Amino acid sequence: MYEVYFSAMRQSIIDGAPDTALTLAQQSVDAGIAPLEAINSGFVPGMHAVGEQFAKGQMFLPDMMASAEAMRAAMTVLDPELKKLGTARSMLGTVVLGTTKGDIHEIGKMLVGTLLQAHGFRVYDLGVDVSGETFSARARAVNADIVGISALLTTTMRNQKTVIEALQKDGLRAQVKVMVGGAPVTRRWAEEIGADGYAKDAMSAVALAVSLMEAKQAIASELT
Amino acid sequence: MRPKVELLDTPLIERILGEAFQLIENPGVRIAPYVVELLSAAGARVDGDVAHIPEDLARRALQSAPREFFLYARNGQPAVHYGGDDVHFDPGSSCLNILDSETQQPRPALSSDLVRLVQTAEMLPQFAAQSTAVVCNDVPSEIGDWYRLLLVLWHSAKPVVTGAFSASSLHTLLELLAIESGGSDQLRRRPRAIFDVCPSPPLNWSEFASQNMVDLARAGVPAEIVSMPLAGATAPVTLVGSVVQHTAECISGITIHQLARPSAPIVWGGAPAIFDMRTGKTPMGAIETAMLDMACSQVGKHLGLPTHAYLVAGDAIVIDAQAEMESGISAVLGALAGINMISGAGMLDFLSCHSVEKLVLDAEAIASAQRLVQGMEVRGDSLAVAMFAQTGLHGDFLKLKETRALFRTEQHFPSSVIDRGAQNMGGSARDILTRAIVRVDELLSAYHRPALPPEVEHSLLHFADREGRKAGLERLPGITTLASVH
Repeated sequence: MYEVYFSAMRQSIIDGAPDTALTLAQQSVDAGIAPLEAINSGFVPGMHAVGEQFAKGQMFLPDMMASAEAMRAAMTVLDPELKKLGTARSMLGTVVLGTTKGDIHEIGKMLVGTLLQAHGFRVYDLGVDVSGETFSARARAVNADIVGISALLTTTMRNQKTVIEALQKDGLRAQVKVMVGGAPVTRRWAEEIGADGYAKDAMSAVALAVSLMEAKQAIASELT
Repeated sequence: MRPKVELLDTPLIERILGEAFQLIENPGVRIAPYVVELLSAAGARVDGDVAHIPEDLARRALQSAPREFFLYARNGQPAVHYGGDDVHFDPGSSCLNILDSETQQPRPALSSDLVRLVQTAEMLPQFAAQSTAVVCNDVPSEIGDWYRLLLVLWHSAKPVVTGAFSASSLHTLLELLAIESGGSDQLRRRPRAIFDVCPSPPLNWSEFASQNMVDLARAGVPAEIVSMPLAGATAPVTLVGSVVQHTAECISGITIHQLARPSAPIVWGGAPAIFDMRTGKTPMGAIETAMLDMACSQVGKHLGLPTHAYLVAGDAIVIDAQAEMESGISAVLGALAGINMISGAGMLDFLSCHSVEKLVLDAEAIASAQRLVQGMEVRGDSLAVAMFAQTGLHGDFLKLKETRALFRTEQHFPSSVIDRGAQNMGGSARDILTRAIVRVDELLSAYHRPALPPEVEHSLLHFADREGRKAGLERLPGITTLASVH
């Protein structure tokens, strides 16, 4: 019965129109649509469509950024509604992201964060020039499933290893998957420093995060 | 006449400069504590870590920067002229990976790879300068910057385009150069190297970059600004908007540099690129990237400054038609733009991988570009009539003495890398990669190390031994005479 709403929501995400998405979210609340239904039947399918078109080369990064912005706008209305009802959106996983110590580059990381959020991950972006200790402390505080470490420079890439060491030192390594990325990073480097995965671009980072979560859940179910 | 291509007309250059002067004043430029005193004493307003540089201060700096200077070969002869429309090429710098010569697959680069690259570039007259081309993964990272410079100085007599990896290690590199030059005064008088210094886009002179600029100016060793706006990501999406940002980064850098020591040698340079909106990559072989380089350089030339750009790099991950198409086009365009130093030859995969084979292929594209900018010359009083007077309508120009006297200057002869039918004469291999591999072998077999004076060699080894031990280096990879020290 709310198909017209859902279709407009989907389109507002594809169009990358935050104002429209926000208005529709508000209208859906006023109309008594359950917030979870608005999210899952309206806005999320929009994000999936964007992801598909991006993969086909029919949409581009600026379109993707606008769609993520529209998604965020809708969630500013719907998140408080979920809280009121005591329900939560089921997320794929929790990711802590940052650029290594000494490195101030963040475009790549920001893209990864945006895409992960758009695909249903909860993302904590620690910004740039982040120490291993900070990564580890935040991973513990938010009970992270995945830590994503970015580096653009050949010199700062080496600090990805210090993040892994900090996680080990704090006893978190067993429960936290580590993924690394950035221009100079290679699969070989990822293996060498003991990361769980490497992605060459933002889209493959999403696929990697999904597979890391699957691996994590497989282990969890074996243990239970 | 020397052929030249320009993308901007004078009114547009003036607008670019006008907006750049606006930007460095407001919002201003992010700077490091190291240069706060320098800038504020000169009249810039500094709020926290942002300097607001007034136009008149910047213009004074642009006036005091030298219009030209030289880099010198080891024998003391000028080898690179930064200034005017002179064009030089050097291999790209600081790759982490090398395309393995046997497997043609990328792998982490080692000291032995740098030595092969340097030896090959030493044999190719297309390269007026060397570069510290790769990061040597078999050397501790904290000494990676001076160690690769040592290897270049050890194996080459050409000038070097290099750079430090941190604020403090610059002084170790300068000490190394001074040893080779016979003292820091001699190094200042006849600089053997130029240092790339990179602001972070947009408009950010980090601690590392700020300090390098000031310390290089004070040492009197040339600095080359490598400003790298990424159009659409860390810079405006319009090409001309990114040129404005490049201009503002260069002008603010030159202001810092010239305040540290007026008339110290400085280059208006960069590695701008577009940001690919499908992949988030920064294609160095894109035509828009070449356009950015040409326009950025044109603004520098308008101000009368020496220029630099990053071109001749291909984005393919192996040596293929794409890689060489991109490299060939940008070599020609860079030369036509009259850019003084064009870095990037040999590089693949968005500047992440070097290749000796690609270096010899790029050298052919560079040679063609160099021939192109020599242009067409009138040789003698008559253009054609005098030759026709001898041949009439027979057309046997091959017999004329003019033909024999002039064909070598009229025509450039590519190496065996370029197939002009030699394979039909039973000569070379059918595919260009095989021909490149053969050519690398030939060049390396013919290479002889330009020996250093024994006392300089001893001092360099002593330096390397002392500094290397600090980082736990037990031997000196890429240098075979270590036994003489231990």
